[in-house]
Amino acid sequence: MNPHQLVFWILSVIAIGGALGVILSRNPVASVLFLIVTFFAVSGHYILLNAQFLAIVNIIVYAGAIMVLFLYVIMLMNLNGDVEPQKSKLLQFAGIISGGILFLVLLAAFKTTQLSTTPINASTSIGLISELGQVLFTRFVFPFEISSILFLSAMVGAVVIGKKD
Amino acid sequence: MPIQYYIFLSLALFSIGVMGTMMRRNAIIIFMCIELMLNAVNLLMVAFSNYWENSNAQIFVFFIMVVAAAEVAVGLAIITLVYRKVNSVDINILNRLKN
Amino acid sequence: MLLLSIDWSFIIEKLILISVILGASLGVATYATWGERKVAAWMQDRKGPSRAGPFGLLQPIADGIKLFFKEEIIPNDANRFLFILGPSLAMLTACMASAVVPWGPSIELESGRVIALQVADINIGILYVFGVVSVGVYGIMLGGWASNNKYSLMGSVRAASQAISYELAMGISLIALLMMTGTLSLAEIVNQQHGFWENGWFTWNVAKQPLGFIIFLVCAFAELNRAPFDLPEAESELVAGYHTEYSSMKLGFYLFAEYVNLFISSAILITLFFGGYNFPFMDQVAGSVSPVVFSIICVLVLLTKTIMMILFFMFIRWTIPRFRYDQLMNLGWKSLIPLALVNMLITGAIIIWVLN
Repeated sequence: MNPHQLVFWILSVIAIGGALGVILSRNPVASVLFLIVTFFAVSGHYILLNAQFLAIVNIIVYAGAIMVLFLYVIMLMNLNGDVEPQKSKLLQFAGIISGGILFLVLLAAFKTTQLSTTPINASTSIGLISELGQVLFTRFVFPFEISSILFLSAMVGAVVIGKKD
Repeated sequence: MPIQYYIFLSLALFSIGVMGTMMRRNAIIIFMCIELMLNAVNLLMVAFSNYWENSNAQIFVFFIMVVAAAEVAVGLAIITLVYRKVNSVDINILNRLKN
Repeated sequence: MLLLSIDWSFIIEKLILISVILGASLGVATYATWGERKVAAWMQDRKGPSRAGPFGLLQPIADGIKLFFKEEIIPNDANRFLFILGPSLAMLTACMASAVVPWGPSIELESGRVIALQVADINIGILYVFGVVSVGVYGIMLGGWASNNKYSLMGSVRAASQAISYELAMGISLIALLMMTGTLSLAEIVNQQHGFWENGWFTWNVAKQPLGFIIFLVCAFAELNRAPFDLPEAESELVAGYHTEYSSMKLGFYLFAEYVNLFISSAILITLFFGGYNFPFMDQVAGSVSPVVFSIICVLVLLTKTIMMILFFMFIRWTIPRFRYDQLMNLGWKSLIPLALVNMLITGAIIIWVLN
């Protein structure tokens, strides 16, 4: 096992453990923290794939902005484990079963695909910021502009909805 | 690592997200599980972009993050509004749209 | 793979560098507390700490010992794990940002080995700093929430919203700078500011981006929770904000992390806008001394500039009165962000129509 594989396995265990923590912990604040751990592990995977820009943007956007919003809302609503609504055991069990079946079906579908088993290239330069910038501002410049309109409308929407009336 | 490992990893993360949306009743946790599913997809896209040596998928991930940020801003505003009206974030309360 | 094929001498070199940088930033932060008190005393015509050692130089050590021996209180209803995690995160993120600062030019040894005086020259250096800063909010939020105290919670919400609001303007003001440099790597940015005067204009970015620098500076004040934006603590009006319930060394960590942040962000400010380790006539100096001595001179120059920046932060603290909370938010959202956007537009226009 080379160091690359070792790091992959460590990050994968952290990511899956964090994801399980999100759905299993009773306290919403703990869920948020587990989700942040998962995001960091996913960012680690991005670095292994040499997608450095996305790795750091993942941390800034998800861990630094989105999860702070979640934490804000949860803290200000003062939600904790005691007031957490729980589904009945049967429904929870059904949820686990159906999620597991989905996993198996997807797994079986991917099992037969023909993909080469050569290790992926960890030193490719396509994830570096200069390359991505080239593509983003030439081929995808129109979606980029559209996304700014999306942001603006989301901002206005959030302000209108969240305003006290 | 071969691409298959990344596929399995993101499948596992995605399925955990699906399980979470079905198991929980807290609207905020369900929202977080959706973010988790988006992240699983992002991971898969980055792995495939590396596999095909093509950066289009990474740009797509970038746009997914943009949409996720906008979605969270609006979604959390809606959840706060609901909380202010019914004093709970339990999604089962929201089926009473009539009164 | 490339990143992980292990080269032990490389690792040892980096470990030494990391420990030296950590030690230096902790040392400077320690004496920044002393310096702050001395500056305050000087500006208020007092003496300041003067009992422990000559000029009170042992005062920070005495303070540290005092904090260590104080009784440690964890509130009964507090979430123990998060209560401890809060200050630790604050300290960790404060120290982490120093990894991408270039402290001096690379030293080339006679054996041909090049030692970089920078822990990691990653090509997304500035984004890394932003990532660390945005994660730093958690230290404050978790600490305030875990105390299980309404005042702490409100204090932490105030502190976090301040940090998030000013991060935006900071980022936009930096975009204008990055448009001029064309790179995100801090080492590259410092190299571009080589010397002091070239082609009839200053090489330092502060002369190329004056408005961006002012916006960045104001945002740095807000990010560091320093006066005139020290609302999260506001020791004269609030019940100490988010660290009301903290005592002993955990409180020490929170307060100390601010001084570490002060040092690191001054260093980053200097690196981005004041030429980092560059100084006037550095080529002549480089020609007349050995490379190692030259590197040491460069590091000293960077440290001197950083300390001057820290002193500037301290002078501002004792000159400008504190903002009110709505004034703070108005300044951030209604003045600094539009100003930063205008700055970005002007920079873009100049790059397209004047420089090309």
